Amino acid sequence: MSEVVRPPPSVGIGKKRQPARRAGHRMNPDHLQLALPFIALVVMLVVIFAIRPAAFSYFGFGLLFNLAVPLILASMAQMLVICLGDIDLSVGNFVGFVTCVVAVFLRDKPFIAMLLLAAGIVAYAAVGVLIQLRSLPSIIVTLGMSFVWLGLALLILPSPGGTAPDWLTATMALQTPWIPLPLVIAVALAAAGHWLLKRSAYGVVLLGAGANPRAAARAGWSLLQARIMMYGTAGGLAVLSGLALSGLTTSGDPNIAPTYTLLGVGAVILGGGSFTGGLVSPVGTVVGAMTLSLAGSLLSFLNVPPVWQVGAQGVILFLVLAGRVFIGRSGR
Amino acid sequence: MALSTLRERPTLELRAAAKSFGPVRALRGTDFSIVAGDVVGLVGHNGAGKSTLMNIIAGVVGRDAGDFLIGGTAIGADYSPAKALRHGVRCVFQELSLCRNLDLAENTRMLHASLRGFGWRGRAGRLIHGMLEDIFPEHGIPLRAKVEDLSLAERQMVEIARAYTDTDLPARFVILDEPTSSLGHEATAQLLRFIRRAADRGVASILISHRLDEILEVCDRVVVMVDGEVVGRREAAGLRRRDLVGMMGHIETPLAEEATRRSLGIKRIATPGTPGQELPIEASAGEVVGFAGLDGHGQRERLRMLFFAAGGEGEAAYVAGDRGAEGVFPLWSICENMTIRSIAALRDGLLISRVRERVMARDWVDRMKVKTDGIDRLLTTLSGGNQQKVLFARALATDAPIIFLDDPMRGVDVGTKQEVYRMIREEAAAGRCFVWFASEIEEMANCDTVYIFHQQRATTRLQGTEVTSARIVQASFGEDALV
Repeated sequence: MSEVVRPPPSVGIGKKRQPARRAGHRMNPDHLQLALPFIALVVMLVVIFAIRPAAFSYFGFGLLFNLAVPLILASMAQMLVICLGDIDLSVGNFVGFVTCVVAVFLRDKPFIAMLLLAAGIVAYAAVGVLIQLRSLPSIIVTLGMSFVWLGLALLILPSPGGTAPDWLTATMALQTPWIPLPLVIAVALAAAGHWLLKRSAYGVVLLGAGANPRAAARAGWSLLQARIMMYGTAGGLAVLSGLALSGLTTSGDPNIAPTYTLLGVGAVILGGGSFTGGLVSPVGTVVGAMTLSLAGSLLSFLNVPPVWQVGAQGVILFLVLAGRVFIGRSGR
Repeated sequence: MALSTLRERPTLELRAAAKSFGPVRALRGTDFSIVAGDVVGLVGHNGAGKSTLMNIIAGVVGRDAGDFLIGGTAIGADYSPAKALRHGVRCVFQELSLCRNLDLAENTRMLHASLRGFGWRGRAGRLIHGMLEDIFPEHGIPLRAKVEDLSLAERQMVEIARAYTDTDLPARFVILDEPTSSLGHEATAQLLRFIRRAADRGVASILISHRLDEILEVCDRVVVMVDGEVVGRREAAGLRRRDLVGMMGHIETPLAEEATRRSLGIKRIATPGTPGQELPIEASAGEVVGFAGLDGHGQRERLRMLFFAAGGEGEAAYVAGDRGAEGVFPLWSICENMTIRSIAALRDGLLISRVRERVMARDWVDRMKVKTDGIDRLLTTLSGGNQQKVLFARALATDAPIIFLDDPMRGVDVGTKQEVYRMIREEAAAGRCFVWFASEIEEMANCDTVYIFHQQRATTRLQGTEVTSARIVQASFGEDALV
């Protein structure tokens, strides 16, 4: 009779390393996804410069990306909210509200203007508190808030008009040496966003709280504080977006920026972000916003009639996003 | 140990702790204490209150009543995860609490408020890498990887290592909830050795596990819980597995009892196999067929392949082991979760018959002995083992002749296992065919035939009395192939 050695029966039987997916031997799909908006941006610029070589200049770049600045800021605001797994449907109308406050009050009654803008930021943070404490879906709360902001904007300024203070207009027209102001702002925002959200110690906690709120809470972090931080900062960025926009248009308009809401979402997703929370890229978002705002100019250069431009812009967005999904699928 | 040194060591102590969730009394005045440097095993079937006890200690849920002292300091009602960390309480939760989008250093930073300022990333990285090397030498985990790129076992290792890292807040009491359920053999042994080493440094560990041999191997003391109460506290030395199972109120079925069943002859599955490379896989009505082998040798993939091949309407049912990802509809009630696979049979014209649906759910709640106070409760209100029973009922309630079990006993307690084993035997006797992949060998004792996989192929077939742990292990490593 042979002796049989019985291993401890309840222990799993051995371990074989599974060849896990690793970066290196093939281009990481995450990196490729991040590169996609860059590629789209460069392709559009090449087409524009081919049609109009004169645009390849300091002033050309300035003009092409002027209107990208407020969209970049609004997209960054949207990115912070999406980072928590939420969505902000009110940012476009809030930017409109800010332009009205700026055009009506900032020149003559700067104190009131500051007060209103600060109140707007506090209201943004309060929305975050409400969503966190009552476990409300952000899509509902921010949809409601979008009408609140539109209503307030119409109260302040029923029809487009008003005047932005000269210093604001002058700031937006500032001629920075060598590199045009919009590009300087874009690079600065991308760098600051990357540093604060992706590299700083607390930014990492915010990213973690977006991806796995329960894990963050169990590691002793306050989700309430995270939401206040993110929504408050989003409000601040949206205020800056409104300031930039009224500086460029020199006036206020309640209905100037409703498209920023969804263009912002598009920029975040285009830039490699995802609705699942914790997966956003500040650099990608900036590039995504620049791509989307350039799509309008590209269509003008291509002599697409204005009535077709909105639809054509949608097609461009669709194509680039489809490319992203395609890369994501083939990589995984 | 001398009494004087015992007194100097910090103690975590819960007295008469009580906690209810609605009508369910999870803890009924439980005492629990652990001294620095101790290793305490906590055992009991699912729903015995182990997780609740652990969550109270970790600050995740508040207690309704009872005193709580850590190192002589009374803990008030404002206890929270952050305060628990400050007292050196660390937790490795069963469902992992790492952030998928972050890398190892970043996940470590999540746990340590003091890892901040210039160079935090480097410090966090060195901390987690050092601890990984310490616990799991030669772990092979790429240190810059994000958690989402790691395998389940690797994530578990990172989570364990993270719990033992020290900054200005040292780890003093570490709770490990089923830490080995997804670890391989070697990593498990490394962890158990480390727990002893940590104990020598004065770090106390509380080990919750259904693998009783691990508990007996590593613990100083064992605490047995049943229905929210502690029913036994024993020194682990001299304690046997059977004693623990006895205290938990279950009698372990001897492994050799089976092998009397025989197949009813109707072939349900037959694959051709490849001569010299792979055996043909056959499964008949009335037969329980097991798939075993080392982790990652293709047995799970084969099971799923066979399921999708057989998966025509009504032909095959599937019991998921990965409940969260493949089994549970978290927003649905027990009744809805249980009957989803039987909707076709429950139809009444164009609609689902609510009456027959509820009759079916009630019937199976009774038959599976699911512990609940109503079939309309959310499935997620049940303990893990009871959720798994509902998933079993979902498959068994159908008229599918073949049932595929995808490692369904992961993290399930001994009592539930025995009940489900009995159920499977009854159903097989009634003519059903089961194909069963399990990561624990001992479950294979319930099978008539076991196919052992090696390098993605079924290379060994064991039948009846040949099914022993020793033979399975032997075959898993590629010996006596193609029998």
